Amino acid sequence: MSTIKKTMLLLFGILLTACGGTPEKKEKFTYERTPAQKETKTVNKVAGNKATGDLTDLDNKGIGPVKNIELGTDIDQDMAKAGQALFKEKCMLCHKPDKKFIGPAPKGILDRRSPEWVMNMILNPEVMVKEDPIAKQLLIDHNGSPMANQGLTEEEARKVLEYFRTL
Amino acid sequence: MKLTIKSLPSLVLIAVMFTACNSSGTSNGNRGALASTAAEKVYVAPGEHDEYYAFFSGGYSGNLTVYGLPSGRMFKEIPVFSQFPTNGYGYSEETKPMLNTSHGFVPWDDLHHPDISQTNGKLDGRWIFVNGNNTPRIARIDLKTFETEEIIEVPNSAGNHSSSFITENTEYVVAGTRFSVPVPQQDISIKEYKGHFKGALSFISVEPETGRMNMKFQVMMPGFNYDLSHPGRGKSHGWFFFTTYNTEEASTLLEVNASQNDKDFIAAINWKKIEEYVNNGGGTKMPANYAHNVYEHATHGAKSTMLKEVLTVDPTEVPGAVFFLPTPKSPHGCDVDPTGEYIIGNGKLSADLTVHSFDKMIAAIEAKKFDGEAYGIPVLKFEDVLAGQVKSGGLGPLHTEFDGKGNAYTTFFISSELVKWNVETREVIDRQPNYYSVGHVMIPGGNSAAPFGKYAVAMNKITKDRYLPTGPELEHSAQLFDISGDKMELLLDFPTHGEPHYAAGIPAEILAPKSQKIYRLEDNKHPFAVLNGEDTRIERNGNEVHVYMSMIRSHFTPDNIEGIKVGDKVYFHITNHEQDFDVPHGFAMIGANNAELLIMPGQTKTLVWEPKQVGVWPFYCTDFCSALHQEMQGYVRVSPANSNIEPSWSLGE
Repeated sequence: MSTIKKTMLLLFGILLTACGGTPEKKEKFTYERTPAQKETKTVNKVAGNKATGDLTDLDNKGIGPVKNIELGTDIDQDMAKAGQALFKEKCMLCHKPDKKFIGPAPKGILDRRSPEWVMNMILNPEVMVKEDPIAKQLLIDHNGSPMANQGLTEEEARKVLEYFRTL
Repeated sequence: MKLTIKSLPSLVLIAVMFTACNSSGTSNGNRGALASTAAEKVYVAPGEHDEYYAFFSGGYSGNLTVYGLPSGRMFKEIPVFSQFPTNGYGYSEETKPMLNTSHGFVPWDDLHHPDISQTNGKLDGRWIFVNGNNTPRIARIDLKTFETEEIIEVPNSAGNHSSSFITENTEYVVAGTRFSVPVPQQDISIKEYKGHFKGALSFISVEPETGRMNMKFQVMMPGFNYDLSHPGRGKSHGWFFFTTYNTEEASTLLEVNASQNDKDFIAAINWKKIEEYVNNGGGTKMPANYAHNVYEHATHGAKSTMLKEVLTVDPTEVPGAVFFLPTPKSPHGCDVDPTGEYIIGNGKLSADLTVHSFDKMIAAIEAKKFDGEAYGIPVLKFEDVLAGQVKSGGLGPLHTEFDGKGNAYTTFFISSELVKWNVETREVIDRQPNYYSVGHVMIPGGNSAAPFGKYAVAMNKITKDRYLPTGPELEHSAQLFDISGDKMELLLDFPTHGEPHYAAGIPAEILAPKSQKIYRLEDNKHPFAVLNGEDTRIERNGNEVHVYMSMIRSHFTPDNIEGIKVGDKVYFHITNHEQDFDVPHGFAMIGANNAELLIMPGQTKTLVWEPKQVGVWPFYCTDFCSALHQEMQGYVRVSPANSNIEPSWSLGE
């Protein structure tokens, strides 16, 4: 719906411009538009850590099959390597390791989220974006682009998590 | 006065309503209180599923349609012999080889008779086989993916009509020629038909694990028209029966000239005996040229191979393998009851049905009671093989199916009705009109040892006034009957696509649980797939440009492409990286001279585009995939043929 509305508005804009009748060439918009991020900043505080305002919440384990994960003190390099391969096959079209793309960057994710939350987001995205407060907010922050369920097994998701620790 | 007149009809109406209520009350008693009206019996509530899958041949659409019973809702059209712009079948580089034949690329056919694979005479739901009638071909469709996996052309054949019926353990799918032709093809006068033309009956073996088809042998029969066929089962397993017409061997005005003899034949073929003969080195290899097209799910692509040889069998060389059973009046349908004892010849110019007995046939063969021969093939005596006739009172019998409870259901084209009769006593039990001019009837499992005798679908040839008019050209009309009681009850009319000839039904519980949801990316062996986010690229090789592209909600990688030139042949190899059920993406390129691609999760497809005009040209996703579907688009810059811009791509830069 909102897409349709936006398109309609845009169309209207074009029509208005077209009918404006000013023959001179305009290189840029003169109409001021507010970047979408500005609005969401205030909503952010609903989820995550209110103090930091950056969706940090290490206690939230998310909703899904993963209830408790114990991370080893050292990174398991074999697991991380397998996780990286999986990441390239199944995730890379939307996630770049260290910068926001279609979805957020996994770099430093464990400073912001619990390992359980990360795995549940991979394994159960449909429910997470509907019910988990952080995932709901992330969906808004990323233009409503949904996190795809890539059908990973729990074991595979765990490997991807290990890869995230190396970033 | 006027008042009285007005109230009279309403009184009658009320009376009728009462009567109607009463009678439906009685039928409640017979069938249980849960489903009393026709509407309730076919109503599948929103979100609920049908009890049966029904696969209807699409006739001249060349495709197969999938319906649910009892609702009559259509779920899918499976492209088989026809190009299908809806998903790019026959247009994509991967599927173009599926439609290759010895006549070149044939993008259409006339699909007639679906038959579901069997084990021990029972439907096993692994594959469904269909025939292309016009340019003789047999196709196998996988019932996990509902995709055409294999097509084999049938050499020495024309009008591939007594096809594609399978034996009790899917040992063979059988294809018989309707039109006899010179074998091998040659430049001779049509007047030389008699004696020179042959009728090839092809036995295509089916590999038990993979379903892969192989043209095992062809029985070269006299130049009659082999109309329909069905396998023996149970005690008659190992035999196959074909109806013939035009035993007059006419080549012109068959309407008259092929209706001269009072009897034609049912050909009984002991294929087990012939199989043994060829396995021991029998038969003659002859040069041939026919296509064998195989689609691999691993590579998401098809390969076409031309085969150059076929093994032929002269039936007179295999004693005891082939016999003719005289059968009145140009029989059409050739149907075998679930026990394998009765072979029914539906003499289409007759009012009666001929029911032959397998046991009597074997006894007559053993006693060598022959009534002469035709081209060296023994003809049995009609009286010796006849179990009896069904004096139906109908006109123009075409096809018979069985309910597994001892009853047969025969369609009558001319008198436009479905007639139920007892197979043992051959007494007519019930008859119901069809609207209009019924061809085939289908009972799920009706061509097997174990039919599911709950519903029968009559497939009508003439629609006329059954639906809202849509101009001169109409879809066909099917009619669903409840056959669980003594009387057949008409429940539902529903339109079918193309011209359905035969259909095949199977309980949903056999197929639904194994229906595939996605293709797994790790199983994708397509040579041009982008399996890794790092594989995206563009390669130029002369004027051939290969774009390795991927798609996921809601963008293409890449979505900005430059360095394409007028005169280039651009291959878009596109992999859908979704791994979730029901998230296809489409790909449409402006000005492409073929079709779109509709790509399932984990699948790779290729579309060729030959840009003819300089400019910046968009492409987009055709399948509404997400809230940001409208944003799923991209541009290709096309430069003049002599420009030297190197191919490049980007996304989000």
